[in-house]
Amino acid sequence: MTVQWLPGRPPSGRAAPDGAPPAALGPPAGAGDAADGRPPARAGAVVAGDARVMSATTRIGVAAAALALLAALVLPLWRIELEAPQYPEGLGMEIRVNTITGVKPNDLQNINNLNHYIGMKAIAPEDFPELGVMPWIVVGLSIMGLVVAVLGRRRLLYAWVAVLMLLALAGLADFYRWAYDYGHNLDHERAIIKIPGMSYQPPLIGSKQLLNFRAHSWPGAGGWIAIAAGALAALAAARELILARRLRGAAKEAG
Amino acid sequence: MARSIPRSFVLGLAAGAAVAAFAYACQTTGSHGALDGDVASRVYVAPGEHDEFYAFLSGGFNGQVSVYGLPSGRLLKIIPVFSQNPENGWGYSEETKPMLETSFGFVPWDDAHHPQLSQTDGVPDGRWLFINANNTPRIARISLATFETEEIIEIPQSAGNHASPFITENSEYVVAATRFSVPVPQRDISIADYKAAFKGTITFIRANEPGKMDIAFQLLVPGYDYDLASAGKGPSHGWAFFTSYNTEQANTLLEINASQNDKDFIAAVNWKRAEECVAQGRGRQVAVSYVHNHIGEDRVARSERKSGVRVLEPADCDGMIYFLPTPKSPHGVDVDPSGEYIVAGGKLATVIPVHSFSKMLAAIEAKAFEGEADGIPVLRYDAIIAGEVQNPGLGPLHTQFDGNGYAYTSAFLSSEIVKWKVGTWEVVDRIPTYYSIGHLMIPGGDSRKPWGRYVIALNKITKDRYLPTGPELVHAAQLIDITGERMKLLLDFPTMGEPHYAQALPAELVVPRSVRVFDIQKNTHPYATRSEADARVERVGNTVHVYMTAIRSHFTPDNIEGIRVGDTVKFHITNLEQDWDIPHGFAAMGVENAELLIMPGETRTLTWVPKQPGVYPFYCTDFCSALHQEMQGYVRVSPAGANVPLTSNAPGQVRVAAGGGR
Repeated sequence: MTVQWLPGRPPSGRAAPDGAPPAALGPPAGAGDAADGRPPARAGAVVAGDARVMSATTRIGVAAAALALLAALVLPLWRIELEAPQYPEGLGMEIRVNTITGVKPNDLQNINNLNHYIGMKAIAPEDFPELGVMPWIVVGLSIMGLVVAVLGRRRLLYAWVAVLMLLALAGLADFYRWAYDYGHNLDHERAIIKIPGMSYQPPLIGSKQLLNFRAHSWPGAGGWIAIAAGALAALAAARELILARRLRGAAKEAG
Repeated sequence: MARSIPRSFVLGLAAGAAVAAFAYACQTTGSHGALDGDVASRVYVAPGEHDEFYAFLSGGFNGQVSVYGLPSGRLLKIIPVFSQNPENGWGYSEETKPMLETSFGFVPWDDAHHPQLSQTDGVPDGRWLFINANNTPRIARISLATFETEEIIEIPQSAGNHASPFITENSEYVVAATRFSVPVPQRDISIADYKAAFKGTITFIRANEPGKMDIAFQLLVPGYDYDLASAGKGPSHGWAFFTSYNTEQANTLLEINASQNDKDFIAAVNWKRAEECVAQGRGRQVAVSYVHNHIGEDRVARSERKSGVRVLEPADCDGMIYFLPTPKSPHGVDVDPSGEYIVAGGKLATVIPVHSFSKMLAAIEAKAFEGEADGIPVLRYDAIIAGEVQNPGLGPLHTQFDGNGYAYTSAFLSSEIVKWKVGTWEVVDRIPTYYSIGHLMIPGGDSRKPWGRYVIALNKITKDRYLPTGPELVHAAQLIDITGERMKLLLDFPTMGEPHYAQALPAELVVPRSVRVFDIQKNTHPYATRSEADARVERVGNTVHVYMTAIRSHFTPDNIEGIRVGDTVKFHITNLEQDWDIPHGFAAMGVENAELLIMPGETRTLTWVPKQPGVYPFYCTDFCSALHQEMQGYVRVSPAGANVPLTSNAPGQVRVAAGGGR
């Protein structure tokens, strides 16, 4: 199965299989509807496509990605589950855009209580300044994406996607830094269980044994949606890069 | 030697043995005695799997309720109700002691007979379980969210609360009738005045609002022994039926003197009619005092004195009560799921009489009375009887229904369950029980919609069923499959105390309600310590309050000094855990009291009056964590008048106030 993320480019000198409109009726430059960026149907036709403008499909995709980002406001971004024989009912925490909570009502408190045995600091949402700004970052990214979709400028799209990726990487790095801090900076004075060389950093992603607990760290629903939105945005950017190159190529050919 | 025995004799012996073996095999591979291959799998609940039914068995003389899973017969819990339970501090902790208060004072024990599940539309709904105290008349309500007794109401002007609590179709009322008639009002008179002065009472207690159980009204009835009861259902909703014996009104050697009459009575009470009479202001208000105990939102029990009961005599309210003549000292009375048939267990009778509710109404309409007893119309037996089950076994006691048209009656003397068809009254099957069955129970088998898969035999005599344990043996119960044409014994299991009646319902009606922890943020106990930072000691006169917290794996404070002989120490311990199945326990050396088990989020108080100076260790008694053995502390007790200041190593500030103590 082929994914129809790029319009088909007919072999040179043949009619487009789907009966695309003749190139003479090609899109007016700068119009919002760039006729889906279809390449010339007939070889040698003049294409007046604007390399600065996104196709309608891409714009819908960008808008969808921008809106999907908002799911991160309500759904958990990341989920760390702890598995142990004594917890058949499960124990875990969720990192949300603005807070950290237990999967079940008392889970965070219970995790903190267990962590006191190894001298880990209590995990308290108020200790993470990031949680105060992250909602605004998400809203900002979403608005930016919508603006990109409305304006339809390719360069804005590239910029938006770059910012998105950088912030995502920064977020993961920050998450790693906190996990490292909690896992390594233990209160050795008060720790009840001390195992030389042992740290309790949960994995960024994946599973790891931490004493009697097996920690599983995976994106939450909001995280997965955000990842999908990022992928969609990246795809949109890639698509536009290719379309723009084609247009320039076609223009060159025509010129 | 064998050679000298004639061959024909040997062959004859062999043949005889073969016949005997064949006969034995026929007997034991029938539906009754033996267990065929799939029986074990019918009751096998794999490790980690759950039972289909919760069963609640009364504990009889242990005053408690045992919770079993069915079909496995596994004991899940014992719920303390009317008896102190040092295992978890029930009746010993300050929070629970008021539950055992009565108008006679603190009664630490009772004899609990008949559990009754709350019902909606005549079907168990999984909210509560009620149970009677037979000795000092009371009814308790147990929550099926916490499996704890939450409320106990005393029944005034009663004695031997046996015909109780038998609930009405929408839990409007639980009932209480006197097995022992007594002087009403109670007074110092000769026992020889029994016939003149002793009365029975039938009490209706409002039951459908937790925390607000209340005596609605009480019927003053002739001085017989009222034995068991059953509320009407469907068409007979609004009526309740009570068996009686000793209509001879004997006050000595009842086994002979109360077995003289050919027939005793079932009292049919039209409680809707009684409600009307009460609403019209009939009857009289009697100034009697009784006690109502209830655990509040703060999980602290309070005992409240109430007074005044509305009493109706039969003459106050025509049409309220009728007597249905019933052979030979009837014991159980059970209304079938349709509400039409009222089955009596005439324990000395040779038949099971079944009365018809519709015929009873017609007989009342037609005034088909054979006379009156103490002003109560006695209906004609032939005008109300629907049928008699012939050859029902010896000593029929109680009947349950499977919802498929069959009834199952326990027969004490012949030690069996007899299955018979409702309507044709023919016996279709019987199965032995081990031994001398009392009650029997089908899940929902007294309701409008029985879950008719199993019947449990609750037996009075155990003898050789299990390994011997000296003179005192547990009671035995049998689980019997009733899904087929013939009953089939599946399982034999030991029970706690002496189960009388029992109840059961599908687990899914209870599981979603089950509480795991008490929310520490909602702990409104007056002596709660909601965080370690608040843990402290306080002296108020001669009383020292220790506001202690428990969380894995330490108490705060765990060093206390400055207590003096002559002080009363109150350990108010709050379990700060909010994790499922992490109770903490508390016990201290030499405390003349039980331990405490404190559930997550809960506060419990243990009172201690130290008598000797010394240093007393205390510790957590419920293995809570890997560092459970470290969960301990010390209390120093100094001589009376010593000037050791009150101190502790808790973060909260020590407070000392004069005053008389609390």
